[in-house]
Amino acid sequence: MSYFSNIFYGIKTLLTGMRVTGKYFLNSRKGAITQQYPDNRGILKMFDRFRGEVIMPHDENNEHACTGCQKCEIACPNGTIEIIWDRGLDEATGKKKKKIDQFVYHLSLCTMCGLCIDVCPTDAIEWGQNFENSVYDRTALTRVLNKPDSKIRPGVED
Amino acid sequence: MQETTTINNNFKSEEYFINMGPQHPATHGVLRLLLTIDGEIIKKVEPDLGYIHRSIEKMCERDSYQQIVHLTDRMDYLSSHINNEAVCLTVENALQLEIPERVKVVRTIIGELTRIASHCLWWGVMGMDVGALTTYFYGFRDREMINDIFEETCGARLTMNYNVPGGLMWDIHPNFVNRVKAFVKHFKTKIPEYDRLLTGNVIFQKRTKGVGVLSKEDAISFGASGPVGRGSGYSCDVRKYHPYSALDKVTFKESLQTAGDTFARYQVRIQEMWQSLSIVEQLIDNIPEGEHRVKTNAVIKLPKGEFYQKVETARGELGVYVISTGTKNPYRLKFRSPGFSNLSLLNHIAVGGKIGDLVATMATLDLVIPDIDR
Ligand code: SF4
Ligand code: SF4
Repeated sequence: MSYFSNIFYGIKTLLTGMRVTGKYFLNSRKGAITQQYPDNRGILKMFDRFRGEVIMPHDENNEHACTGCQKCEIACPNGTIEIIWDRGLDEATGKKKKKIDQFVYHLSLCTMCGLCIDVCPTDAIEWGQNFENSVYDRTALTRVLNKPDSKIRPGVED
Repeated sequence: MQETTTINNNFKSEEYFINMGPQHPATHGVLRLLLTIDGEIIKKVEPDLGYIHRSIEKMCERDSYQQIVHLTDRMDYLSSHINNEAVCLTVENALQLEIPERVKVVRTIIGELTRIASHCLWWGVMGMDVGALTTYFYGFRDREMINDIFEETCGARLTMNYNVPGGLMWDIHPNFVNRVKAFVKHFKTKIPEYDRLLTGNVIFQKRTKGVGVLSKEDAISFGASGPVGRGSGYSCDVRKYHPYSALDKVTFKESLQTAGDTFARYQVRIQEMWQSLSIVEQLIDNIPEGEHRVKTNAVIKLPKGEFYQKVETARGELGVYVISTGTKNPYRLKFRSPGFSNLSLLNHIAVGGKIGDLVATMATLDLVIPDIDR
């Protein structure tokens, strides 16, 4: 007898499971979480804090807030940031002052740990939300974050 | 098993060995198992490690204490928040920093959510390992909601690096509380579904009950921890015995099973999801106001001495042992990772079983290979 009851018990547990899958099968539209990427590219928005890449925002006068203090370079665990700096004449005081020549950022090395952004005293760098970072040539992942001919915003001190 | 071991005299039986892995879906990563087998019966399992060794412990000796935190993300990546917390707690205790209540509560909530997310993934993969593909999608569906919560608040889905020595990198996102509440509500209806779909399934039960039995004595002597130890009746929850962060303020039951087989370990994890949900529920409504971070020196120097902190990750007990000589880097930093100890008992419980049982057993050990290799 237990032979048959075993069979029935087995079928019953299978049907219980099938009920769950059946429910989703019939309501497949409601519970779907799959994203139709890349078709939804136009409306796909990442969260504000999403860590895609490190960027250096420039304002409309092509000015940034980086003083060249190199704190981010020291904080970075793996040498992603290289700051090539120079001394230039400060127009306001007429004294020589440290300024960045190139802020080199190797996206291919970056672990997105956020320590550089955390440590920056002038908030010169922040997170960009771009996540489509694949390229055909990996040299394209080495970027200079300060734009050509950009200057430090007047009044920014560290 | 008995009937298959009796050797038919007409055929010569011979032991031979095969490689399982390093690229095998059931090892969930690059783990190579050298199996000595006789027919389908396992005679010996020898794990071969090191395929994903990145010398994290050595890198820690080079890095500052802030930088160490992000490396622990890459160990047990499914419990990354809890790993971060372990390092931060070690540093904070060594410096005797007073941590705001808000930080403690948020850390605990995110830690428990991490545990649920990890168990969701484990549940999905466990089903897949024993042949039920559907569970994989359901597990990932629920984990997705937690990942969104993390992404909004911490900025990343897996390697969150949200803890810093002294607190949290940012305050929680304004949507955090609502999202967590929505998740708790959603997930409460999903765990019973997990039970209906897999736990009660007769095929699943036949494949897991009595398979890979680990006795309590062996669990203790092999240093098993987490759900593996608790599935054998070994009460070892660090959250209960050495509560950290806000875990001393919540009430929860340690999930224990005594059978010690694969099914018992499965049940422990399902119960843990309920317990973690209840912890989140107890805390989410009254996150205290206050600072999300206390100031530390830019260069953190631990006092001379040795420091140890253990936490309960989704896989078991993670210990961080720091020897400091008073400089800005640790002299030596050792991680006691749960996966490594849990792997060591695989040979013990898999011998005598079949290859298919080995896959089921490994699924409930819930190995994360980067945690083993570091
Ligand atoms: S980005 Fe910030 S931390 Fe880095 S050099 Fe510029 S000002 Fe200093
Ligand atoms: S996010 Fe981390 S790894 Fe990347 S540049 Fe900043 S400090 Fe370096």
